[in-house]
Amino acid sequence: MRRTGFLAALCLSTALTALPALAAEKAMQAVDIGWLSKERDLPPVLSNLDEIPADKGVAGARLGISDNDTTGRFMGHDYTLTELVVPLEGDVADGFRQLRDSGHRLIVTDLTAEELQTVAALPEAADTLIFNAGAPDDALRQTACLANVLHTLPSRAMLADALAQFLVKKQWREWFLVIGPATGDKAFADAIRRAAARFGAEIVAEKEWQWDHDIRRTAHEEIPLVTQDVDYQMLIVADERGDFGEYIPYNTWEPTLVAGTQGLVPTAWHKVVEQWGAVQLQNRFEELAGRPMRPEDYAAWAAVRSVGEAVTRENTIEFEPVNAFIRSDAFELAGFKGRKLTYRPWSGQLRQPIPLAAPRALVALAPMEGFLHQTTELDTLGYDAPEVDCDR
Amino acid sequence: MRLRTTLLALGLGLAASPALAAGTLYVSNEKDDSLSVVDIETLEVVDTIPVGMRPRGITLSKDQKTLYICASDSDTVQVMDIASRKILHNLPSGEDPEQFALHPDDRHLYIANEDDAIVTVVDTESRQVVEQIDVGVEPEGMAVSHDGKWAVNTSETTNMVHWIDTATQKLVANTLVDQRPRHAVFTRDDSLLWVSSEIGGTVSIIDVDSKEIVHKISFELPNIHPDRIQPVGMELTSDGRTAFISLGPANHVAVVDAQTYEVKDYLLVGRRVWHMTLTPDEKLLFTANGVSGDVSVIDVEDMSVRKTIKVGRYPWGLAIVE
Repeated sequence: MRRTGFLAALCLSTALTALPALAAEKAMQAVDIGWLSKERDLPPVLSNLDEIPADKGVAGARLGISDNDTTGRFMGHDYTLTELVVPLEGDVADGFRQLRDSGHRLIVTDLTAEELQTVAALPEAADTLIFNAGAPDDALRQTACLANVLHTLPSRAMLADALAQFLVKKQWREWFLVIGPATGDKAFADAIRRAAARFGAEIVAEKEWQWDHDIRRTAHEEIPLVTQDVDYQMLIVADERGDFGEYIPYNTWEPTLVAGTQGLVPTAWHKVVEQWGAVQLQNRFEELAGRPMRPEDYAAWAAVRSVGEAVTRENTIEFEPVNAFIRSDAFELAGFKGRKLTYRPWSGQLRQPIPLAAPRALVALAPMEGFLHQTTELDTLGYDAPEVDCDR
Repeated sequence: MRLRTTLLALGLGLAASPALAAGTLYVSNEKDDSLSVVDIETLEVVDTIPVGMRPRGITLSKDQKTLYICASDSDTVQVMDIASRKILHNLPSGEDPEQFALHPDDRHLYIANEDDAIVTVVDTESRQVVEQIDVGVEPEGMAVSHDGKWAVNTSETTNMVHWIDTATQKLVANTLVDQRPRHAVFTRDDSLLWVSSEIGGTVSIIDVDSKEIVHKISFELPNIHPDRIQPVGMELTSDGRTAFISLGPANHVAVVDAQTYEVKDYLLVGRRVWHMTLTPDEKLLFTANGVSGDVSVIDVEDMSVRKTIKVGRYPWGLAIVE
């Protein structure tokens, strides 16, 4: 029971000067963060229970500004968000230039992978820091090598690895993969295949979702046929838009559990997360946005809070030291997931635990116990340093 | 599994241990809306008292006749009569009171309102709010110095210690500490303030005069990732020699030499250990273990865990009546 002899490292900190009560007496320094997103023409989905909110992502950035500001009051920093939403027919590069022309060098984005690559490659983007809070594509982290981009949204590989660790730990290793027609669905399926190979699960069957009619009235007739004659333990669905996946549970031939983009979902954030002080974040967000916080909101919040942390710790509003601090070993962010969040130097990805959420309960928080890593178990999720060849 | 066996073994050892001082321990059960009452002599739960919603911080009046209870989700501080174990009345507390500290004047409560970024000062006699002071995001830890001059609050997301001058009820200084500061304790001579940072994994020792950090303690346990070592509760012995620091999901309490800041020992307790309290004779230390729903009893003399007492769901805070 008793453990002796483990001495804690005792370090003398760099003495911090006590800060004045309120910074009102001195001039407040402005920290203006840019927001760049684009209007979308989204195709309709069968289930309309959860509408995609108009303020997806940006609501999280707004909360981040408000959290930063509370600290800023004491430090003399005044945070604002300049929101630029490129119209449907507009050009994201123009939007980016516009933000850059108005002096923004810290820019949080909710863009597609292609759009993000376009803006990150602009000459105007050379001396900026862009946060990706909207694109889960692994290529952005693994091969695109965007030195001026940090990713706060987890990649698909991180989500798939989180789910795989859980299923493997449960010994539910035989998976039947049902894949939707969208590009994202295929990318999610790729991540699931990679995770299966990585953690020792087997994909015993794959089927592509082919129906384009309204399955809501006929799911009980058609899904049993699709899932018949396959010997599997777990049905993994890849339907990022939420078009048909919700209709698979309880309609399968066998009494099967469903996971993936529906059923048990690995996600950056979910309303069921309440441990680790998360209730407070959920409450603040609900009060501000009038709806539960979504993964993109969390990613945007984490991006804005990263800037706030750097400005506070370095006590400067200058771009270079803020950018350098966020990327340094000294950076850490308390992100309501039970451990400190930091950025991977090789890919710019924010390391973070991944909640595995059932619709109304948190089932697990990956990384799962027992999946070891030489530096941090958080790096068992997604592409690790040896798998990425970028000169950042 | 291993933990359970160890605890059983300890339970057997109990028969041989010396008689314990009389007294009553009150434990707030966050997820049961109740207080567990433990007889310190027998180390048994003798009563369970229903209280307001989500009780967290609890503290006693000087005469030990009154217990104040932060009922967070009822948005109130309840006042309980110790003799009858009945709630007498509620105090206006501001929204979501989490932790509080009673000023040595035995009259003013300094309450951290977690959802509102405010510290509320309540006069327990007139039952009026005296002052509300803006602090950082998610105020949590509260402490008042023994001389009554300072009230300090820690804000979990702003990562600061906010210094309130109790004479003027104004915030006069801030000290930046590591991520997610949870709890603050003044040393008996009020020269130093100890502050635990849950996510930062450190305890900062702050000089009260200069408001600057003079030392930082970090912790190390074999087979537990540093990220899981999350200091929360702290108890300092009155002789100024020893500090106990609970390490949250690391399921251990660190024993620290309060003079040299050297960590001397780690004691295995229940899961997700939060706050702690020493008996008045400082022979026993009780820890509230949130996830396992029990209280570990630590024998301070030989630094061993003597017993585990099952209480309600999510025990959070503790207080002892002699």
